[in-house]
Amino acid sequence: MSARPANEPPMLEVNSLVRTFPVRNSFGRQTGEVKAVDGVSFTIARGEVYGLAGESGSGKSTIARMIMGLARPTAGSIRLDGEDITGATGSRAYGRKVQMVFQNPGSSLNPRRTVGQSIAVPLDSHGLTGGNRNRRISELLAMVQLPADFADRFPHELSGGQKQRVAIARALAVEPRLLVLDEPTSALDVSVQARVIALLMDLGRRLDLTFLFISHDLSLMRNFASRVGVLYLGKLVETGPTAELFRHPRHAYTQLLLASVPVISAEEEAMRPKLPLINGEVATAAQVLAGLAENQPPD
Amino acid sequence: MNDALLSVRNLSVDFSTYGQVSHVLKGVSLDIPEQRQIALVGESGSGKTVTMKAIMGILRQPPATITGGRILFDGKDLLAASATERDRLRGTAMSMIFQDPMSSLNPVFTIADQMGTILKYADRRLGRSRGRKGRMARVHEVLGQVRMRDPERIARAYPIMLSGGMRQRVLIAMALLSEPRLLIADEPGTALDVTTQAQILKLLKDLVEERGLALLMITHNLGVVRETSSYVYVMHNGRIVEEAATAELFAAPRQAYTQNLIASVPRLTGDTDFLAAGTADNEATP
Repeated sequence: MSARPANEPPMLEVNSLVRTFPVRNSFGRQTGEVKAVDGVSFTIARGEVYGLAGESGSGKSTIARMIMGLARPTAGSIRLDGEDITGATGSRAYGRKVQMVFQNPGSSLNPRRTVGQSIAVPLDSHGLTGGNRNRRISELLAMVQLPADFADRFPHELSGGQKQRVAIARALAVEPRLLVLDEPTSALDVSVQARVIALLMDLGRRLDLTFLFISHDLSLMRNFASRVGVLYLGKLVETGPTAELFRHPRHAYTQLLLASVPVISAEEEAMRPKLPLINGEVATAAQVLAGLAENQPPD
Repeated sequence: MNDALLSVRNLSVDFSTYGQVSHVLKGVSLDIPEQRQIALVGESGSGKTVTMKAIMGILRQPPATITGGRILFDGKDLLAASATERDRLRGTAMSMIFQDPMSSLNPVFTIADQMGTILKYADRRLGRSRGRKGRMARVHEVLGQVRMRDPERIARAYPIMLSGGMRQRVLIAMALLSEPRLLIADEPGTALDVTTQAQILKLLKDLVEERGLALLMITHNLGVVRETSSYVYVMHNGRIVEEAATAELFAAPRQAYTQNLIASVPRLTGDTDFLAAGTADNEATP
């Protein structure tokens, strides 16, 4: 990695981020609120892959949406490349710096547009036209290792992995610095996932990209992210360098998450914490955090 | 020949769509001995779901055609048996746990209604009958078996009132209603969070062991294979490409396809080489 000036700000700085949603009764009257994101802070250095791990309802997608300007934070701040973008919804200037790849490539690509047209949308809105535009489309397809003639195909002619490559090409069209990846491979077969992750790793190095990688798959995260934050019910319960956090998870919830991962080798099993049990049944996260679970004796 | 509880012999299935015939299963054979936990693993399009549907008799024909082979349950060929005989076995002696709890449950009926109906038909197939009270008692009993703390309350609930994990438990309870000897589980827990999935898999393993059931676990997840089965069939492109004792398969996979599949799985130890693993095979244009 190239040497960077010491005074460069981090690529992303999220500070005490809060997002609440109103809870309404059936008459539409607000009866309370739920904190989807509850005081989350983290920074992502340039060129880093930062992983946000969490289960459904943990707030990971809400955080992504706020970073993308698709949702407004209730409190807290987001700084991108040193610039405060809190609540700057739909701003084109920062739209060039951060792009997102969504979970389901089947629904994130317009079925009536060819691949070329889909990739061209961000090019158009950022003012690239004519022959330069076609050249850029081929270039982007090559970047994600697809042949240039894919530009004329429709999404239904592509496999899941190919669609996700197109989604990545589209995200790269405006030369972003930060790529938000929201479960980018969870809809793919494991062998296809391996190739898409290999591609992302390669692109990250070649284009000097920074990644925010959102996933529920801890095994995948272990192999892709350099640092990880674990979310539970809107709070960041633990964060640290990936290898360290997986080797010595400190928070009870992180331990439960790791213990729950199905693994395929004895080596993994050896480093995985034991499942916490209550009356012979696997404890829930709520029970574990309330300190109700028995500690399993080591083998 | 063999004394497996369920034996699939040389099963071939074609699908014809718009005059085009594709061979989806090309001579699939597998055995599920009594009280054993067997896994059938494959990626999307491998044919594992078609195999399961053919076994359960829920394969829609057309578009599918079973072009050859036999499905023997307890020595009887399900494909040749009379409709009554088939019904008596399917859904009673063997039953199925579906993958998606929300779409497998009817949102406008209570759990008790839905389980009661299943039980009524299962009883009828077995030539038994019991009254509503007797059925409810059985429903509560089975909900207790899947470790629901308050079976009466769960029985009165509508699906929407239950969490994803509880709904999955209800589906397991439904499968247990008719006291089957074989459970077929299609990716149970994949729609759930990993911590809930761990609970469901542990529950399933305990139930199968304590009740002496045979289990066919159909999954794409090699981790689930290792956690729940003692013998595994690997499926690819409509064929069983490899079969082995589960521990053996992970220790020394023989086929290139299996080797690559195993290498593609990200490991908690962090030493997965994505570049070396993975295949362009499944990325071929559909």
